[in-house]
Amino acid sequence: MSLATFKGGIHPPDRKELSAGSKITPAAPPDRVVIPLSQHTGAPAKAAVSIGDEVKKGQVIGAQEGFVSAAVHSSVSGKVVGIGDFPLAIGRMTTCVVIENNRQETWAELKEDPDYMSLSPEAIKEKVKAAGIVGMGGAAFPTSVKLSPPKEKPINTVILNGAECEPYLTSDYRMMLERPDEIIEGLKLLMKSLGVSRGFIGIENNKPDAVAKMKEAAKGASGIEVFALEVKYPQGAEKMLIKALTGREVPPRGLPMDVGVLVQNVGTALAVYEACRYGRPLIERVVSVTGEGIKEPKNLMVKIGTLVSHLIDECGGFKNGSSKVVSGGPMMGFAIYSLDVPVTKGTSGILVMSESEVVHAEDYEPCIRCGRCIDICPMGLMPSMLSVLSEVGHYEECKEYNLWDCFECGSCAYVCPSKRPIVQFIRLAKSMTKP
Amino acid sequence: MEAVKKEHELIVSVSPHVRSEESVSRIMWTVNISLLPALIAGIYFFGPKAAYVTAISIISAVMSEWGVQKMTGRRSAIGDGSAVLTGLLLGMNLPATAPFYIPIIGSLVAIAVTKQLFGGLGFNVFNPALIGRAFVLITWPRAMTTWMEPTAAFVGLDAKTTATPLGLLKEEGLHKLLEVFGSKASLYTELFLGHRAGSLGETSAIALLIGAAFLLYKRYITWHIPLTFLGTVAVVAWVFGGKTPETGKFLLFAGDPILHLLSGGLILGAFFMATDYVTVPSVRAGQILFGVGCGLITMLIRLKGGYPEGVMFAILLMNCFTPIIDRNLKTKLFGKKKEKGK
Repeated sequence: MSLATFKGGIHPPDRKELSAGSKITPAAPPDRVVIPLSQHTGAPAKAAVSIGDEVKKGQVIGAQEGFVSAAVHSSVSGKVVGIGDFPLAIGRMTTCVVIENNRQETWAELKEDPDYMSLSPEAIKEKVKAAGIVGMGGAAFPTSVKLSPPKEKPINTVILNGAECEPYLTSDYRMMLERPDEIIEGLKLLMKSLGVSRGFIGIENNKPDAVAKMKEAAKGASGIEVFALEVKYPQGAEKMLIKALTGREVPPRGLPMDVGVLVQNVGTALAVYEACRYGRPLIERVVSVTGEGIKEPKNLMVKIGTLVSHLIDECGGFKNGSSKVVSGGPMMGFAIYSLDVPVTKGTSGILVMSESEVVHAEDYEPCIRCGRCIDICPMGLMPSMLSVLSEVGHYEECKEYNLWDCFECGSCAYVCPSKRPIVQFIRLAKSMTKP
Repeated sequence: MEAVKKEHELIVSVSPHVRSEESVSRIMWTVNISLLPALIAGIYFFGPKAAYVTAISIISAVMSEWGVQKMTGRRSAIGDGSAVLTGLLLGMNLPATAPFYIPIIGSLVAIAVTKQLFGGLGFNVFNPALIGRAFVLITWPRAMTTWMEPTAAFVGLDAKTTATPLGLLKEEGLHKLLEVFGSKASLYTELFLGHRAGSLGETSAIALLIGAAFLLYKRYITWHIPLTFLGTVAVVAWVFGGKTPETGKFLLFAGDPILHLLSGGLILGAFFMATDYVTVPSVRAGQILFGVGCGLITMLIRLKGGYPEGVMFAILLMNCFTPIIDRNLKTKLFGKKKEKGK
């Protein structure tokens, strides 16, 4: 039987065996955390504390600022010792609140709700908003915004993304194995908040045990179905996932709600459950620390604001002459230039690459027009043309080749025999033009 | 504090951070290898001369590449196998009897003019080996159309000259071909095995198809161009290629597609030259158009033109259309609806 999927895509080695067997364990609490006020798409949160303030775990330290924004909470109890600009994994500087951990783990007052399933849709949205939940697959779009679609775009299907198509990463996988029931509860809450009766969960078939676990957990839940997906990158990209599970194609530059769908990562569903059931804000997340360059690959429950250097130590340090550290997966993640950047709500993994894993592609060759990138582009673009046009500075012409429909999955650069930095060329053209 | 020490050694680059194993040189060398069966068949049928012509062609091509890259201060890329491939293809497109200067001049035109003057690998408009061949064909028409009879390997060093099957077909007709080869069945068999006059690497259909199957299996080429090219040739040959045996008058739907498919340089051209990435469209729909165009022009020349064979000019002419085809037959953007009324 052929599995659900989309057209195009690539098959990079998944390398998940490095960390797949490691249970989620809490990372040792760091001495201090550096919590960015902007770790989501949209307006940065506004600092709600000052230097010297004592804060409790779960206390709001950054208030949501405007509609597309998210609140930020302290992940430790302790004292605010600094507010200032720090670098993030993506390279830019942003305002962060630095909190010294007093190791008391004193929680702010949380409102538990054992009867969470009887919450009204509005109440669910409020709790999600108060918890500062954002998409945990990487894009970090505020979930409360997604839960408030405009009237003319009714949602009829909620999809949970358990594809985890990025090689190496295993955080979603471990969550599905270890906490399937809570993920299903989170999905139910998401469905309820939107008044939707249909929920799909899509999981790549290289995780058959996760598929089985989730199917087991979904038994008896009305309207919820679990699907195994073909193992193919970028199966977990929103548009590709929707296509695979519903056959619908999100129009160019459109959003999932244009085809009546809401997509959330499985980790986000778990966070929604915790927010509604225990009133817990999003202050920690599962991070896979993996790769050939780390001594003991692990899946860690990490407090938001923990520095990457702390996680590297936690996993036994480097080995094999590690030379590249990536925040996120190898296909779309960011290579970081300093280990002193904090884990944010969107950090799904820290990939430590050894010298032998690093591709030195500075000597790329001209495009030989082989067409491999055209064949595999999940968006139906012509990356070869985009890269050639951008290389010679014809940025405006790139728009005739749908430049702005590229979501930079990197499949084209992966297959390119000339090792051309196609994504780089596309980003350059984007930076020189307007959509 | 190991982290701090390590900090300055971190490599930063743009995603993706993993790449496939594929490379230009791997592709080029694989195509070179896939041509070996046909080359061996050529040497078997035409003797050491075939090896000699091909060797000169390859060496000249590589030296031309090296020389131009040296002169223009570009990075030398002779190891990538593309110059070897051009030399090999040119050699296989020459008669085994070609004098030594023909492969030398042909390779020089192919590499120095057609490829490097246009900017090198990836930028040339025309298939280098075919321009090289076209040049020497026009410059030395007699030497380029003197064909030796194939012999069992290495025995007939003083082999007689003869005409190619397509030449016989054009000048004297099908009856002459049948006279030479005995029967239709043996004609097909000899063509399929490669026991006929022709360019040294084009004659053995079976050897070429083995190489082509390997490339298709490796997905280095796809069916789109070869199949539409061959299919168009077969259809046109069947519809327009026939003559009434008695009167020799034109007769519709009486042509012999198999004869046309197996003769000349069609199989070599369709699988190995019309699939050259650089000079053909890179979108599938455009490739189909390209293949059909190649087939039509080939048959136009074979049936109506002055030359018995038209594959070379067909591919070169279609190379001209590659940019405009690529520009107008773009891929379908994900999520884009078909325009109304279509």
